[in-house]
Amino acid sequence: MSAQKSILYPLVAVLVLILIPVIGVKLGLSYFFAVVVPYAAFITFFGGILCKVINWARSPVPFRITTTCGQEKSFDWVKHNKFDNPFTNRQVLVRMALEVLCFRSLFRNLKMEMREGPKLAYGSAKWLWLGALAFHWSFLVILLRHMRFFAQPVPGFVDVLQNVDGFFELGIPQLFLTDAVIVAALTYLFLRRVVVPQIRYISLPSDYFPLYVLFGLVLSGIGMRYFFRVDIVKVKELAMSLVTLKPAVPDGIGTLFYVHLFMLSVLFAYFPFSKLAHMAGVFLSPTRNLANNSRAKRHINPWNYPVKVHTYEEYEEEFREKMKEVGLPVEKE
Amino acid sequence: MKIYDGRKIIPGILIAALIFSFPFWLNFGKAAVPPKPRLPKGVKNCVKGTMYMRTSHMQLLNDWRNLVVRKNVRIFVAPTGKEYAMSLQNGCLKCHESKADFCDQCHTYLDVKPFCWDCHLAPKENK
Repeated sequence: MSAQKSILYPLVAVLVLILIPVIGVKLGLSYFFAVVVPYAAFITFFGGILCKVINWARSPVPFRITTTCGQEKSFDWVKHNKFDNPFTNRQVLVRMALEVLCFRSLFRNLKMEMREGPKLAYGSAKWLWLGALAFHWSFLVILLRHMRFFAQPVPGFVDVLQNVDGFFELGIPQLFLTDAVIVAALTYLFLRRVVVPQIRYISLPSDYFPLYVLFGLVLSGIGMRYFFRVDIVKVKELAMSLVTLKPAVPDGIGTLFYVHLFMLSVLFAYFPFSKLAHMAGVFLSPTRNLANNSRAKRHINPWNYPVKVHTYEEYEEEFREKMKEVGLPVEKE
Repeated sequence: MKIYDGRKIIPGILIAALIFSFPFWLNFGKAAVPPKPRLPKGVKNCVKGTMYMRTSHMQLLNDWRNLVVRKNVRIFVAPTGKEYAMSLQNGCLKCHESKADFCDQCHTYLDVKPFCWDCHLAPKENK
């Protein structure tokens, strides 16, 4: 698929997805979009991720993959790089934590350049790492802040997050920094795919689609908070009715809320079937979660079957007479 | 069906499920009670329509504050033509007598902490 199509088709798909709840709510299907769709999406998300993880867990990992970036444990006088080349499970835990929380693999991102000479040069390229970090952490903080809609009384950590996030008290209601950061990060992650020729060439519709859905989700949320406000008390009434499993849809929540909720549902339902499954997959990456201890511990391939062997003794037993006839030396007379 | 490293993966799945279903078990068996702000008696209309007041009163109050403090405009003319004093204590709180029974109802429900009361004195409540 050409780059233009890869960029355009998912955009059209997401625009259609935005129109669905807009039209649906006009037709009086608000119960469907407020209750049925979110529950279905949530169940799909859980079931899908569970199937994915179990499927991964069924694949044997018969050997230690030692693609590491540091010195393996060796003699005492060779300095061991514990967290880049872990030997024990505890060291693996540290490497995993650095990977999951700090995206260490992205930190090692390199840029290759041809310089005058001609000379090949590699340089560090941290922008992707920074963009990814900004996006993921903002998204987490935003998700946790949303717990104010799902708990009564509101847990204390939400209060702390809101105070830190709204630290600058800009505008009414006060601007949350994560709202600004996530838009900037998403814009960067999108533009990098569009602008850099090499990345545009390898970008697929499935790379752009989640970005558009996230844009829809984030912008509808920001729109509801700062510009086209909806009746937030009713939003919480709906959210509480969903989590107490007694769904009831209050009248008169603005359409923008339904767009927001639908985008979230699309994202959740899309999760297990797409690259977004890296949320669970990162924990099961064999290059990250295995200790490099092959030299100390034997790892047996689980699909080894008993090999039928015919030893030399048995061979000689079988052919001794014939061997003697043609004058071949035998070990036993 | 053989699962490899089940001793690590299955607890991992359980922990993840517990985290993601957090709102469900936190509210399990509880009834969600929506807030009931006490509306003033004898007054039917606020300075603007109900829907606007519900969603955007903070915007209005912020505009009022700027007009009063920076431009010394103290009278608000409602869309109905009626005039109101642009004041929290001498305006809003004249009808909405109780902060606890009116403002705090929804604000606590949604964990909103408006900074009105950083400067203004909260009205003394009758207890």
